[in-house]
Amino acid sequence: MSRARWTLAVAIALTLLLAWFVLYPIAVVGAEAANGTAWHDFLTRPGEWAALWASLWISLASVVLAAAIGIPLAFLFEWFDFPGRKTLGALIALPVVLPPLVGVIAFLFLYGESGFVARAIQALFKLEQAPWRLQGPLAILLVHAYSMYVYFYLFTRAGLARLDVSMLEAAQALGADRRGTLWRVVVPLLRPSLAGAAILTFMTSLGSFSAPYIFGGGFRVMTTQIVATKLNGDLPLAMVETVVLASVAVVALLILRRTEGNDILVALGKGIAPRPRPIRRAGVRRLTTIAGWGLAVLLLLPHLTLGLVSLVPYGAWTTEILPPVINFDNYRRLFSEAERLRPLLNSLWMASASTAAAVLLALVAGWLVVRQRVALRRVIEGLLVLPWALPGTVFAIALAIAFSTNAPLQLRFVLVGTAVILPLAYLVRALPLTGRGLLAAYRQLDPSLEEAAASLGAGRWRTLARVTLPQLRPGLAAGASLAFVAALGDIVASIVLYTYETRPISIEILSSLRLAETGVAAAFGVVLMIVSAVVLGVGARR
Amino acid sequence: MSGFLEIRGIEKRWSPDVAVGPITLDIARGEILALLGPSGSGKTTMLRLLAGFEAADEGRIGVGGEDVTAVPPARRRFGMVFQHYALFPHLDVGENVAFGLHGGGGAGVEQKVSQALALVDLTGFERRKVHELSGGQQQRVALARALAPEPRVLLLDEPLSNLDPTLRERTRRELRHVIKRIGITTVFVTHEQDEAFDLGDRIAVLNGGRLEQVGVADELYERPVNLFVATFVGRANVFRGRAARDLGGEPTPDGQVLVVRPERLQFGASGLPGVVRELRYTGPATFFLVEGEDGERFEVLAQPDAARIDERVHVAATRVIVLPEPGPRR
Repeated sequence: MSRARWTLAVAIALTLLLAWFVLYPIAVVGAEAANGTAWHDFLTRPGEWAALWASLWISLASVVLAAAIGIPLAFLFEWFDFPGRKTLGALIALPVVLPPLVGVIAFLFLYGESGFVARAIQALFKLEQAPWRLQGPLAILLVHAYSMYVYFYLFTRAGLARLDVSMLEAAQALGADRRGTLWRVVVPLLRPSLAGAAILTFMTSLGSFSAPYIFGGGFRVMTTQIVATKLNGDLPLAMVETVVLASVAVVALLILRRTEGNDILVALGKGIAPRPRPIRRAGVRRLTTIAGWGLAVLLLLPHLTLGLVSLVPYGAWTTEILPPVINFDNYRRLFSEAERLRPLLNSLWMASASTAAAVLLALVAGWLVVRQRVALRRVIEGLLVLPWALPGTVFAIALAIAFSTNAPLQLRFVLVGTAVILPLAYLVRALPLTGRGLLAAYRQLDPSLEEAAASLGAGRWRTLARVTLPQLRPGLAAGASLAFVAALGDIVASIVLYTYETRPISIEILSSLRLAETGVAAAFGVVLMIVSAVVLGVGARR
Repeated sequence: MSGFLEIRGIEKRWSPDVAVGPITLDIARGEILALLGPSGSGKTTMLRLLAGFEAADEGRIGVGGEDVTAVPPARRRFGMVFQHYALFPHLDVGENVAFGLHGGGGAGVEQKVSQALALVDLTGFERRKVHELSGGQQQRVALARALAPEPRVLLLDEPLSNLDPTLRERTRRELRHVIKRIGITTVFVTHEQDEAFDLGDRIAVLNGGRLEQVGVADELYERPVNLFVATFVGRANVFRGRAARDLGGEPTPDGQVLVVRPERLQFGASGLPGVVRELRYTGPATFFLVEGEDGERFEVLAQPDAARIDERVHVAATRVIVLPEPGPRR
């Protein structure tokens, strides 16, 4: 077979494979939902409309809150200099890299009704019962704001760092004061960054599952509604709900992308970013420093609490403010009892397998899309990023339905209940992460490096191993570590698709919580946090 | 004539209107050939066809009697220095140079690496990181890497365009010196006439994908075959009609133009009348921009004190080149 034909064959094979497990399950759900009778149920039950409305307003409110926290923080850390600026600046970006479930249970242990803060207030004012119950929409919003301000913080800082100082100087030379410069120059130039953060926050909130699941109580959003319907066995209705959520996500994404404006704004700024201004007045400087450190402690407090709770043995902590006993009992149980170790090993191998597969597919896709520029490149790229645009619940339900029937002629097999389905679900969610990282790295790779290797006598495989892969390594490692951590902490797909044998960490955390074994749940959370941090640290190394 | 590197009717068609070739060229063993042309003339495509990075639609490439037209780059044994050097950033200098050397065991490779680095005057640079080197040093590492596997032909893509002008001239001489010492057959691409003249034994002028003329420097300069070569290689004044008759002494035949180099024009008592409009002082001599009576403008290269601005002058030619007026291309 000639070279070009071989390339085309690989391109077609990859496209069909991706379409089979990314697009096809959703198409199956769409088709079955369209034929079903559940639309009537959906349209007439008030609970359904309430959940849809809740998803929308919670997402919008999350964007507003996250922006309100993240943007001022970004300006503070990018434009002003005070002691500890660099360390703090990195620390407060931490929540973004940790699995949402870890943040949620950490929040529960800190601000929940039997959490630290509640106990302290109860003891302080000698109250009969906990001063509040952390439940309902406000609790969800609090958790969202806490974890998603980081998007605004990071995007705004990146935007500010790209800003050309000479543009600010030009505005001042033309007579604009500080406020005028901010509103007429800085904010318009930041627009693409802010819009990007808003899109990411909105889409993440819309797909958010662990916060509404744990803090929602009777308050349902679409993601928790879908899973509840599925667990009740009302599959036709779950499919309709899934189609509705997917449609809302796509429409929202299309509307939000229009706010991004054009990239020319960004491309123009090629100068030097403004240098951070030292704060000169001693009082203000001290105040800023204290506020900065205070904020960092506040933001990291949930994770510190998680660490503490993990050290409290079962049943030892009842009414005291501080735990009376701390030891490593929970960790010992976690690693010595086979039934507790199982979820950890499950999560590790399933995350590794899905990440390896996602990296391999991304590599082939990168080669086809960037290097060979095959005719199908837009389709391949679209399939790679599609899972990013739709909430995880949509894919979980789609896979659950498409692969619970044996119909080989329709390319449907019974995978639900086997060890394959969870890694496959993780793989779908991993594709945008490894795909984007790899395509970006491939696009930056100078083609003459590969030509140089060829002219020096290196064949295709030697060039791949000695030149291409080492050059792609940073993008590959970044994408792979994000994918691994996402799979390790996944709850959305797991809760729909797990079996007792394949149960991952997140499911074990939930069942520990249900049995009031908070210490074990926290210990799992800490392990998850540490493994994630290590993997991401390795992935970010240049 | 048949050469060591034979290019026979080679052609690459990008689209129905954009094509390079067909080009036929023979390059002798040890010769340095410059491919000179403006951007878009097809010179880089030509080099990539030789390297094997592009597949030719027509024609044949031979080296020492072997047909290599279909041989992939990895087995062609042509060394190449890329415009931006394409040094592997994750490997150090020694590893870069050793990349093309396989087999023979560690000691043999090490020795060849140090020989190659010595050749470009970078002895002891083996363990340096690529990004720690200056532009000139990177260029020499790229040359050492291309030469280390002892290729049959050396290809250079704009080898000096990334260096600053003062360094460029010195590097040019050093580059020629190294190539001549090894005696390797070399083809290089440039858009600068100085570089082509200085570094090349012969120069092939390309334009719009076609080979316009091949020859040594003074051939191209003194006996260009057409108006493109005359104006692209060196500076040239083009005269038509009455001005051409005044300078040439007799009417220029229909469809012909008169080309005169600035240094072949001189001020005198008789000849083409005009007024000096601008001076451009270059040190050893000065360019005088003269406007003739019909509004035509031309340059005269003369002693700095030969004329003043706004002075009325007469200009005579010591050597003229008569060339056909170019028709519409193809």
